[in-house]
Amino acid sequence: MSSTTNTRVAEGGTVVHPSARPTDAAAVAAAPRAPARRLACPGGRRWGRRLAGLLLRGVTKSVAIVALLVLWEVAPRVGLVDSTFLPPFSVVVEDWWTLATNGQLWANTQASLVRSLSGFGLAVLVGVPLGLLIGWYRPVAALLGPLLELFRNTAALALLPVFILLLGIGETSKIAIVLYACTWPILLNTVSAVREVDPTLLRLARSMDLSAPRIFQKVILPAAVPTIFTGIRLAGAVSILVLVAAEMVGAKAGLGYLINSAQFNFAIPDMYAGIVTIAVLGVLFNQLLVAVERRLGAWRLP
Amino acid sequence: MTTTRIAFENVGKVFPGRGGAADLVALDGVDLEIAAGEFLVVVGPSGCGKSTLLDLLGGLTTPSSGRVLLDGVPVTGPGLDRGIVFQQYALLPWRTARGNVEFGLEATGVPRRERAARAREHLELVGLAGFEDRHPHELSGGMRQRVAIARSLAYDPDVLLMDEPFAALDAQTRETLQDELLRIWERTGKTVVFITHGIDEAVHLGQRVAVLTSRPGRVKHVVPIGLGARRHEADDLRSSPEFARHRHEIWSLLRDEVALAQRLEKERAVA
Repeated sequence: MSSTTNTRVAEGGTVVHPSARPTDAAAVAAAPRAPARRLACPGGRRWGRRLAGLLLRGVTKSVAIVALLVLWEVAPRVGLVDSTFLPPFSVVVEDWWTLATNGQLWANTQASLVRSLSGFGLAVLVGVPLGLLIGWYRPVAALLGPLLELFRNTAALALLPVFILLLGIGETSKIAIVLYACTWPILLNTVSAVREVDPTLLRLARSMDLSAPRIFQKVILPAAVPTIFTGIRLAGAVSILVLVAAEMVGAKAGLGYLINSAQFNFAIPDMYAGIVTIAVLGVLFNQLLVAVERRLGAWRLP
Repeated sequence: MTTTRIAFENVGKVFPGRGGAADLVALDGVDLEIAAGEFLVVVGPSGCGKSTLLDLLGGLTTPSSGRVLLDGVPVTGPGLDRGIVFQQYALLPWRTARGNVEFGLEATGVPRRERAARAREHLELVGLAGFEDRHPHELSGGMRQRVAIARSLAYDPDVLLMDEPFAALDAQTRETLQDELLRIWERTGKTVVFITHGIDEAVHLGQRVAVLTSRPGRVKHVVPIGLGARRHEADDLRSSPEFARHRHEIWSLLRDEVALAQRLEKERAVA
């Protein structure tokens, strides 16, 4: 026990709590006792130190991505890879800019966003209430558990042909596949969120003679919110993942279509421009959900 | 002379064995009377059914035999005439200290504005003025338990049931809270049933200490504690001869039971 603590001190120079993550820093700063500690250092140096800290963090966070982009730029130029198949990053950026200015990129992004947000939104509307219900009624959870497990472990895209068969090749089948894929993480997280509420809190509520609906409203629901939101965040990533694949099969617009058709037409820089757009979109969507999650679950921090 | 607030009449509690295991007799023939306004401490070896005793009083479970009476009426379920303080604090982590105290008041239908006032008043009573807006994760263990005590007091139950409330705290915090609890008890005149496995704690807090036997739990002996009004004097009470005498008496009563409980535990682990 003490030896592990020692190694941690030796490696980092400072003792780091095992659960301390970079994201916790913000919460610690928000805690009322932080200002007192900050007052300890004089004004000018304080700002200097903070700025240096911010810079260091910025560098740490971006260094790997910058390295990747540099590699992407250099490798085709020095002939490490065939620049026909992997054009330098600057070429892709240039091409991306052309696509962005002629409206093509926006039209395709819009088509994708409408589909994935509709599917995702519907999944939240379906998954959360259904999950609360299943989690609350234990017999239902026991009954449906194996079925849920089966569906969850069936790759959504394997069902894409079935969706197309039943719903046609248009928007309905695309939104439906996103809805389907997004429902599982939300549903399963909601079920376990309800089932894993601290039993002491339930004992407390029962000892106060609260009615079942009151217990649900005042204890179970608020306790479950952070875990439910983890499911929602996972679903956010899934919504883009699945959609792009769906758009590669029989679509006339969308980022998946853009990538696929660019590859068919040998417009390789276009293809990479589409890929980069999707990557950025995915990261942005995730960041947005993380921000909401943090706000809703601030009390969860140690 | 004094009215009986709580009475256990030949109370037994059997938990049915799961999966072919033998039934578990947690309590067997418990007889105990607690007067209104009394501070009674229950001690016993681990697994002797102390917490079951409290659950029965709190109405969270029903006796298999016998009766539990509160003011002469059998306990049939939970109610706000009894407040429970749990060892694990049981604070709602998404609510502030004030919000947690108000939680109990919401159940009683106290109007919103009065809730805030009552919450502030009770947080002050437990020495947490100025910490109203802190969340549990911003409070120390001792402070959290203070919030939990304030919550139980705020809706003004007649009886305060405390299930090893200070067991998770460090020694200094525990002693401070013990003194504070005595102060609050004297001020509010509540009937307190306090469960612990600490002999010092039992002697320090209780007017009487009920010693339970190992499983199945029954009342072995009730020791009246004669420390009188000196209990929360500033001097080191724990080193007084009366304290030592009571301590030794309870220790002797418990010794055999603890040994027996440990043997039972070992047998179960082997089986």
